[in-house]
Amino acid sequence: MQQQFDWKRYLIVFLITLGLFLTAIYLSNYFGDKKINQLKSIQDKISIDILSSETQFSLLSELSCKNVSNSVLSGELEDLGRKLEWGEKNIGSGEEVSYLKKYYSLLEIKDYLLMKKISLRCGTKAAFILYFYTTAENCSECKKESLVLSTLREKYPELRVYSFDYSIDLSAVKAMINIYKIEDTKLPALVIDDNVLTGFHSVENLESKVKQSFKLQAIKPTVKESKTSN
Amino acid sequence: MISFSNIIFYILAFLSVYMQVFFLVAFFEKKNKILVRKGSIELDEYHEVTVIVPCYNEATTIKGTINSLLNLDYPKDKLKLIIVDDGSKDDTWQIIKEFEKPARLDDSSHSGGYPNIKIFHKENGGKYTALNLGLKHTETPFVGCLDADSFVDAQALKRIMTYFYDKNIMAVAPSVIIYNPKNILQGAQKAEYDMAIYTKKMLAFLGGIHVAPGPFSIFRKKVFDDLGPYKHAHNTEDQEIALRMQEHHYSIEHCPDAYVYTIAPNSVKKLYRQRARWNYGFIRNVMDYRRLLFKKKFGTIAFFTLPSGIISVLSVIFLFGMVTYGLIGFIIKKILQINAIGLSHTITSQSFNFDLFFFDTETIFFISIILYISVITSLLLGRSILEGKFRFSFDMLFFMIIYSVIAPFWLLKAIFNVLISKESSWVLEREVRMVKKPNATTI
Repeated sequence: MQQQFDWKRYLIVFLITLGLFLTAIYLSNYFGDKKINQLKSIQDKISIDILSSETQFSLLSELSCKNVSNSVLSGELEDLGRKLEWGEKNIGSGEEVSYLKKYYSLLEIKDYLLMKKISLRCGTKAAFILYFYTTAENCSECKKESLVLSTLREKYPELRVYSFDYSIDLSAVKAMINIYKIEDTKLPALVIDDNVLTGFHSVENLESKVKQSFKLQAIKPTVKESKTSN
Repeated sequence: MISFSNIIFYILAFLSVYMQVFFLVAFFEKKNKILVRKGSIELDEYHEVTVIVPCYNEATTIKGTINSLLNLDYPKDKLKLIIVDDGSKDDTWQIIKEFEKPARLDDSSHSGGYPNIKIFHKENGGKYTALNLGLKHTETPFVGCLDADSFVDAQALKRIMTYFYDKNIMAVAPSVIIYNPKNILQGAQKAEYDMAIYTKKMLAFLGGIHVAPGPFSIFRKKVFDDLGPYKHAHNTEDQEIALRMQEHHYSIEHCPDAYVYTIAPNSVKKLYRQRARWNYGFIRNVMDYRRLLFKKKFGTIAFFTLPSGIISVLSVIFLFGMVTYGLIGFIIKKILQINAIGLSHTITSQSFNFDLFFFDTETIFFISIILYISVITSLLLGRSILEGKFRFSFDMLFFMIIYSVIAPFWLLKAIFNVLISKESSWVLEREVRMVKKPNATTI
């Protein structure tokens, strides 16, 4: 009995398989879009919060610092940053994510300026680090530095870290790069109390600088220091 | 964003899903034709059948094997047994002798306590030589073989013989079932063998069977008269004979309700050896029969069975590579982390902060889901043919987990052996008490 090549069967199976694949791609895009929308709504919320804080600050500046909410903003910003970073790697539509990233950088700068003002006027405990990294090339030092900064941020809730992608196409970030004269060959770069630090800095090294920035306030952090690493 | 390895992944995944859909389409088309009978049946005519049992160091199982044949619900005068001891070093020969007086190679058989049993003792020469000796002494129009580590269900032969009503059917393969699985590994193999009932039946419908398994495949004697005896075929003579038959357009059927029980390897090492040999045999046989590939006149075997076997081998190896690469990446990341912040600092909130946002929704994720669902469907369909109902069991889970971890190793070993042209020896395997013989039911 001779077998015949039943091309119709192969075609039907091909079409069904293709259908399944297209469904998978559709689902992936659908959830990707949902995530981008989620990011957008978080950004909108933060944007409103910053605007509100600025307005509140202007309104109350003549009165007292008591009512200035040392907002939960930085926590939310941090969360948004993480999501954006993840989204860059894992959500297909790169353009939208990079647009959101610009917006995020702008929000960071606004938050930085506002918080600095509040801190100066009201003397709230705060330290600020501007952190420049790059995604344009493989920068393992940057990855390490990010981990160090995450550790510190966790240890000192009053520490605010603002991360900027060196290669981002945003004039505000470019202005900061010009102000602090950050060079792309010396990444990662950190700005703490207007001092520029380049290259990798360990937890211990940065910790002392952060403490200085806190103006050696009497309240010591609860977490025990460790000298074991590096 | 899309890297080279991703493209390969998508292609292989597409082909793998294609294979599963192919089976499913066949299933929905033919499901009413899957014949599963309960209880005894009567045949219009009982043809004479010879069953050859080749054995090498099978002292522990041979008695059960022969007894199961003697208990077959088939007229005793129509059933002949030929037991061939391929130079066993254990008590196999003594046990066989209990069934009959020995016959010398050049002698016609003697009759002993059991009628219709011929027994032979020969120098060790490999399974195919034992089978061929049996074939030489076969005078009936139908002939089958049964591995000495397997047992037949009493109804198996009758049910198989009904398929020979069709004059075009030249061989019929049974459903091989794992006998009394005792550990997780054997359970996993049971799930796999049950699934093979489904895939094999579908291949049979489309004329694409590539193995006539060692446990109880029945042939018309004409097959061997026309095409010649068994060949060494890289120790997978049951694959080779099926391919040879396909080449000559001799149809092979599958009888899903003819049950043969076989003892599964009970350790990873034994399973590894067995599968390395099957896959080695498969690759070599495909190389030998590559002239069949993508030739219109060979139909399913040329366009589906053999290509999908090759795709399976490639997919498993590729996935293994991908997982290994991912694992190395993870370790490097961890080292980097320890290097940067030391062991004493831990990032807790980041790693344990659960957020649905970080749930992977890339295309690869959904395609993996489709793949897993399709495999589970096949497992369930196989079991439903066997048991008459859909029933999920943990065996299936064990199958997917265990095989995805160890299958790459036996495939790599098989490919390695092909590259260095190293034959796996049947004698060597018997000596480590490999309890299974070549009967690749799936690859």
